[in-house]
Amino acid sequence: MDVLAELTGSVGSIGYGLAAIGPGIGVGIVWAAYIQATARQPESAGLTRTYAFLGFALSEALALIGFVVPFVFGT
Amino acid sequence: MTSSALALGNVLAAAEGGGEGFQAPGLGEFYPQPLVTFSLLGVEFEITRITVWLWIATIAMLVFMAAAVRRPQIVPGKLQFIGESGYSLVRDGIARDVVGPRGLPFAPFLASLFFFILANNLLSIIPFAQISPMSKFAFPLVLALICWVLYIYIGIREQGVGKYFKDILFLPGVPAFMYILVTPIEVLQNFIVRPFTLAVRLFANMFAGHMLLVVFSLGAVYLLSRDNFSIVFGPVSALMAIVMTFFELLVIFLQAYVFTVLMGTYLNGSIEAEH
Repeated sequence: MDVLAELTGSVGSIGYGLAAIGPGIGVGIVWAAYIQATARQPESAGLTRTYAFLGFALSEALALIGFVVPFVFGT
Repeated sequence: MTSSALALGNVLAAAEGGGEGFQAPGLGEFYPQPLVTFSLLGVEFEITRITVWLWIATIAMLVFMAAAVRRPQIVPGKLQFIGESGYSLVRDGIARDVVGPRGLPFAPFLASLFFFILANNLLSIIPFAQISPMSKFAFPLVLALICWVLYIYIGIREQGVGKYFKDILFLPGVPAFMYILVTPIEVLQNFIVRPFTLAVRLFANMFAGHMLLVVFSLGAVYLLSRDNFSIVFGPVSALMAIVMTFFELLVIFLQAYVFTVLMGTYLNGSIEAEH
């Protein structure tokens, strides 16, 4: 079978770039919700801050797993 | 010789050797020269500088905590206030609010977890250490396994073996035909995904933070040693290293907090039966 196209070099970087799309949107959604909630009811900012940071860390975890996986499976 | 010093030596040698380019730091950063090697029951152990810094950070945190509660006064002094505020963050904010009204017995465990992770993560930005032991996967893995065993044991103790596993396998309040979808998800979630993501979240954050700081710092040295136009970008790289250090400070506190809050959430799920 002939190779028509080949990807060489740091494929891990491409993998990380693709992995960062979802968490980037996810973190944006979490903080957008926090900003909107604070705008609607400013006194709730302290209550919801915990959830904002929790949501950020959970979403960020996936992007960082994408960062680490090339090192784990890499050459 | 620290591994960062060796990497710096490589970069400087490449800069003078000319034409070889920037030697990016790789996984060698996380495997420094062992100070002591010994073998126990057929398993090879190494004491590296990372292990020594783990001990130093743990002892420093113990000394700080012991000093904060020595001779407590009704009107607290500065050290006592800091210690009490830190402990109250975990006891009130996590053990009481997240785990629930029956969560106060877990406050010492959660506080130990939080302060252990915090003390070790802070090494990531402290000079001469500059690497967090949590960036070696073994340490977060063991912490996550301890938490995993604990929340399953607490679930069995509080709800009984039959009820605990039945509620995991057959989540209450779900229509019967959905069990095909929900049961594998619940089993994976409780027994595999939770400890795995706890460990990997902490490990990946510390790993990525260290790599970022090392790349920017070594890049600044490399670019500043060039004798062409690239020298303009040297200060940019150094500035990024400084900015990333402050960002790393935020990540340090956040990761310690998130690990503890998630463990509190899992304990809450184990203590209180699903209604």
